[in-house]
Formats: sequence, C-alpha cells, structure tokens
Amino acid sequence: MKPAPFEYHRASDLADALRLLDAGSDEVEHKVIAGGQTLVPLMAMRLTRPALLIDLNRVTELNGIGHEGDCLRIGAMTRQGHVEASDLVRENLPLMAKALAHVGHVQTRNRGTVGGSLVHGDASAEIPLVAVVLGARLNIAAHEVSRVIEAGDFYEGPMMTAIEEIEILTSVDFPQVQGRIGTSFQEVAPRHGDFALVSAAVQVVLDDNGKCTTARIGVGGCGLTPLRLADSEAALVAGKIDAAVAAVDAAIDPEDTPQASAAYRRRIAPELVRRALEDAIAEATI
Amino acid sequence: MSRTEVTFTVNGKERSAHVPPRMTLVDCLRDEMGLTGTHIGCEQGACGACSILLDGEPVRSCLIFAVQVEGQEITTVEGLAADDGSLSPLQEAFWDHHGLQCGYCTPGILIAATALLAHNPAPDEAQIREAIDGNLCRCTGYQQIVEAVADAATRARGQGND
Repeated sequence: MKPAPFEYHRASDLADALRLLDAGSDEVEHKVIAGGQTLVPLMAMRLTRPALLIDLNRVTELNGIGHEGDCLRIGAMTRQGHVEASDLVRENLPLMAKALAHVGHVQTRNRGTVGGSLVHGDASAEIPLVAVVLGARLNIAAHEVSRVIEAGDFYEGPMMTAIEEIEILTSVDFPQVQGRIGTSFQEVAPRHGDFALVSAAVQVVLDDNGKCTTARIGVGGCGLTPLRLADSEAALVAGKIDAAVAAVDAAIDPEDTPQASAAYRRRIAPELVRRALEDAIAEATI
Repeated sequence: MSRTEVTFTVNGKERSAHVPPRMTLVDCLRDEMGLTGTHIGCEQGACGACSILLDGEPVRSCLIFAVQVEGQEITTVEGLAADDGSLSPLQEAFWDHHGLQCGYCTPGILIAATALLAHNPAPDEAQIREAIDGNLCRCTGYQQIVEAVADAATRARGQGND
C-alpha cells in the first residue's frame, strides 16, 4: 500500500503548474494533486503511477469563493469544508452547502477540494451532481489557453470527463437565480459519509402565487454520470408533482453493483426525488 | 530514490526530515520522527486512525505526502497532553468513561474530538457523532466514546464558569 516512486514539484502559481503539466507525455505522466483524498489511495493501490506529481496546494489563485458577474465562483482548490461553512455559499448556493454535509467526513472535507471532486467525476458523488443540476460552468485552463464547458457536457462516463491531460480546472461558476428559492439534497448511503447508492438534488423557484416557475432536478448513482431530469422538471413547472416523480423511472439507467442492485436503485430514486421536491417546495413556501 | 528535505512544526517544535516524495506524512511522523502515537490503519483514508491536526484542522495523515506540509503546523496525539505529561481534559474523560478498549483508534478519535471541542464547546450528541463518523472503532462501540467527549465538554465549560 505504498505509491510507486515519483518526483514532486510544489507549483508556485497556475502558469507554473500548467507548464509542467504540458511537458508530460504518455510514457512520462505528469499529474496534478489537489486535496489528494482520492488520488493518494489510487496511487497507493498503484492504479495510477505518475512520474511527476505537481502540487496545487500552494496555488492561492485557485482558492476562494466570490461573486463573478451573475455567478457565484468557487475556486477549484477551495476545500470542501471551507465551502460548507461559507456564509456566501449558504446564502447564495444553499444546495451545495446541503450536499457537502454528505461528502465524506470532517477530516476528508478539510483536505478535499471542490475541483478535485468535480474532475474525478464519480457518478455517485454529490458535488458533480449539484454542478450538473444547477447548470454550472467549469473554467478550464491549459498552457497559454483556456475554455469554459457546461457541467452537463463535462461528464462522459464513470470517472471519465471532457478534461484533457494537460488541462487544469481552475474554478466553477454557479449561475445565481432570483426569487423564492427552495433546495433539497436527499441521499441513501449504507452509512453517513459513505458513497451514495442514490442521491437526489432539487432547486425550485416559486413566484408570488406559490407556482413553480423554474425547477432543477437531478439524481446521482442512477447511470454512468450524474443525470438531470428534464421531463421531471417540465412536469413540475406544469404543476404536476406526481408526474414529475413518475417521469424519473424512464430517465434513469442504473446498474447492478455489489452495493445495490439496479432494481433497488430504481425503487428508491423516485422516492428520493419526491422527498426532495416536497422538501424544496416547503422551504420556498415558508 | 531521491530524497527531499522537509521542515515543519510538530507539537510546537520545528522538525526536519529527508524523505522520498512518496513517503506519507504518517510514515514520516512515525518512522522518521519517532512519533508512533499516530496509528496507521487502512492507508487509504477509510479508518481515521491516522488523524492529525494540520494548521489546527483534523485531516488524515495517510492521504498527505510529507513533502506537502513544508512550513505548516502539525499536532499529533503526543501534543495533546501538557508539557508535564498531565492529560488533557478530553483524555481524562476517555480514562474515566472507559472510552477505549484496544486503543488502536484512540489517537485519531482524540484528535477529531479535540478539533470538535475547539470549534464547538457545547456539542450535542448528534454533533459529537458526526465529528467522529470518519473514525472506525472495532472494540467498544461508540457509546462510551461519545459519553467521554460530552463529559469533557461539560467539564471544560464548568471550569470556564467558576
């Protein structure tokens, strides 16, 4: 359970990290380390053996939370525990604050980063689900170029994303919405902090008459990537909560795993969506 | 294999070691610095036995490489007692409530609970359980551990009021 030998470089800034990342190759893999809460176990199990590890932990420009235009921007290296405790996040991105309570444990959230979880791309992870559901935009840099990609286009399969080996996720932007907002994050896991079997994330916006004008609904653990449920969203905006729940089954494609059968996931996903919808609507109605 | 010099503060004292980059912080603390109070359980971030405070916050020292903590401050279980060896109120409470059996998980749980009480002097039972839910104990069950943390908080508040 020891990683294979590697060389270590503590990056001083983003440009330094990108330059070194760009100098890697298929034979001599250069890899960045963020919080390391997934990467270090993968290295210990020899599932990955980078030749050079580029440490982003001192790159301060990747760390922080703040308003950017009409978005709330979270730097990729911001610790999950910092985001969870942030008043800015609790007020402007409550769904993320609620989701983070389910991510690992205090010790892992103190070290694990928002960007690390987004890029690892586990299909049952909470942070990618929130990004997909809220239509977040990922800001990605490579040596001397950068691009923006929608979270919904970023996830391609289990732990497979659109990021290239020479690229670094620098920050993620969450569009801000106005109005009476309600959010809910529901999850079933064997124990608190374990990987979710199924999770459901909801954000609704109600008008002054209590009618839902915008709905964002998604589930994790029900396919190869986090899933946004467009048919359920349309049904909810049409005022049909039962139809929104009923539409879940056709939209998901869960797999059998040693932790839970596909049939079990199919059974609990609609129920979690129902609970999340009722919880979010109740919150927005208060 | 190449070695790098790393210097950081452990329990208030500056320490240096020559380590290969792949050496985890917990291996450095135990094997290079002789601080064997921090235990190694799973080496993959699942059990919490290797918890330490990094700049005051609890983290898993098996998921950090020693070279990464240059210049930072670390507290291990050895740093919880006073300089004269007298136990911290939390350690006293673990003694009184029999909050351990084999003792393997104890250093990690003491670290997690120390961090909890630093942030929250009056945690309720749910908050105590959440603070230690990343630490596995296979002997006692968690009841006496939770009682010890709750009692330590009560005692600390009592002292503050006197």
